[in-house]
Amino acid sequence: MSTTKAKVERPASVRKGGGRFDWRWAGLAALLAAAVYAPFQLVPFHVFQLTMVLVYAVALLGLNLLVGHAGQISLGHGAFFAIGAYTCAILLDRFDLPYPLTLPLAAAVAFVLGLALGVPAMRLRGLYLALVTLAIAIFLVPLLKRFEELTGGSMGLTLAKPTPPAWSGLAEDQWLYFLTLAVAVAAFLLAASLLRSRVGRALHALRDNEIAAEVMGVRLSFYKTLAFAWSAMFAGAAGCVYTWVIGFVSPDSFTVNLSITLLAGLVVGGLGSLSGPVLGGLFVMFVPSISQDINDAAPGVIFGLLIIAVMYVAPTGLAGLAGRLIKKIPRKE
Amino acid sequence: MLEVHDLTVRFGGITALDGVGFEVAAGEMVGLIGPNGAGKTTLFNCLTRRYDPDAGTISYEGRDLTAVAPHAIAGLGIARTFQNLGLFPRLSVRDNVLVGAHHRGRAGFFSAGLRLPGVGREERALRADADAVLERLGLTGVAAHPATGLPFGTLKRVELARALVARPRLLLLDEPVNGLNAAEVEEFAGTLGAIRAEYGLTVIVVEHHMGFVMGICERIVCLDFGRKIAEGPPEEVQRDPAVIEAYLGTAA
Repeated sequence: MSTTKAKVERPASVRKGGGRFDWRWAGLAALLAAAVYAPFQLVPFHVFQLTMVLVYAVALLGLNLLVGHAGQISLGHGAFFAIGAYTCAILLDRFDLPYPLTLPLAAAVAFVLGLALGVPAMRLRGLYLALVTLAIAIFLVPLLKRFEELTGGSMGLTLAKPTPPAWSGLAEDQWLYFLTLAVAVAAFLLAASLLRSRVGRALHALRDNEIAAEVMGVRLSFYKTLAFAWSAMFAGAAGCVYTWVIGFVSPDSFTVNLSITLLAGLVVGGLGSLSGPVLGGLFVMFVPSISQDINDAAPGVIFGLLIIAVMYVAPTGLAGLAGRLIKKIPRKE
Repeated sequence: MLEVHDLTVRFGGITALDGVGFEVAAGEMVGLIGPNGAGKTTLFNCLTRRYDPDAGTISYEGRDLTAVAPHAIAGLGIARTFQNLGLFPRLSVRDNVLVGAHHRGRAGFFSAGLRLPGVGREERALRADADAVLERLGLTGVAAHPATGLPFGTLKRVELARALVARPRLLLLDEPVNGLNAAEVEEFAGTLGAIRAEYGLTVIVVEHHMGFVMGICERIVCLDFGRKIAEGPPEEVQRDPAVIEAYLGTAA
């Protein structure tokens, strides 16, 4: 009884050496320390690249909630990313809002739109759901171009980036990096506590066996729709931070390609694991640009090959592969 | 507690249930028997709102069950197990059991995501309860194990544990001893009898294992081709010519 209680509160301190939690928490602490240390050691361009990895990781945390944990599919995640980015851009451009306020608003707009689109979409499953979400991503670009007064049309909107406060003594790239890191850590904690709760179990249950889940009292439509809305909210928050970091939005940054890249990144990173989105963020950031250096048409081919390779070698993604390797390390005690 | 009247379910041209009616009083243990395809599982699926009956009524504690949403059945105190296991393979045994307590929890997306006060307390209470049921059914040792790769008999007990954590008043068991060996059947009969008294359960059990059903149930309902052909105490139903005919075929 007492161990159960303590375990819920603080898994790391209760388990004595050799347990799985020690590895995880130690790894997490090391990762966070490295993340804080990195911007002081890297050149600004690399800091920017790391910042973008974190931005994509936040979006993928949301996609993972829907695809990895609730077992639904979305080919339109990039659309909610774009909605967050544009909400932020319009609020900065039109209303001169201080930038910290744009984050909750962008997340809220994406959440509400996700809820509105999720109610009809989540009645569908499999291929039909994939097609409907794909349609959302396809329709968004012409829509953004159409409302030129608000969105700047094809030209997009250019905005001033958040300036580091004087007390911080940080350069602009470092300040943007730390803002993004803070959002990413908060998003990570939010997703982690959600998934460890009754809600996370309900999502896993409906992913594994819908009928049994419903018999146990899980209201399928409610959980699917809210998972969709929450995934959209994470994407919206990521989109907002994207606007802070890039200082520019245009419809062509958010084509269907973005949605597909995000889904591919998540599958390669690892569906249903907490480290999957971070690894997926690395994928989304670096694989397209590296493969573009080889040939303009290469990214599509390389994506396809990588996904096939991952399906064969590591069906649980890079996160699953890492987990299996860690388990193979012989442990004492 | 449960009154079923004139229940009829048709799938295309096939009548799976044809005007079936029976009653179950609180605290009773009723056996539902009949050859394969007699409509036993269909009846369970009507009781848990998997199927909409074409005709007939189901009244549970005075409430019209056919008007209840499928996910709300658990909240009314009805839990079931599945013929071919309905577990969540990627979840641990403990998490499987905790899903059974879903309708007893309140934590939502926002409160759980933000770890609002009350969420942790609720979670600890449910976990303590789940652990108590796991302990009661001898599953503590496999609590952290995924619900795949365990022996069939163990998984059957996990399903029972999941149903019990839902704190049901009416428990529906679909072939609970199917696939168990003789010793396991006997053990399960003992466990079920004890649990029934502890939890104050009303039980309906579908089972082909006649020794088990006749030994444990106070009353038997026999279905054949969707019709009720016999009802009564075990010793009576066992001797009923219609039941013998349904199981063995007509004497040539």
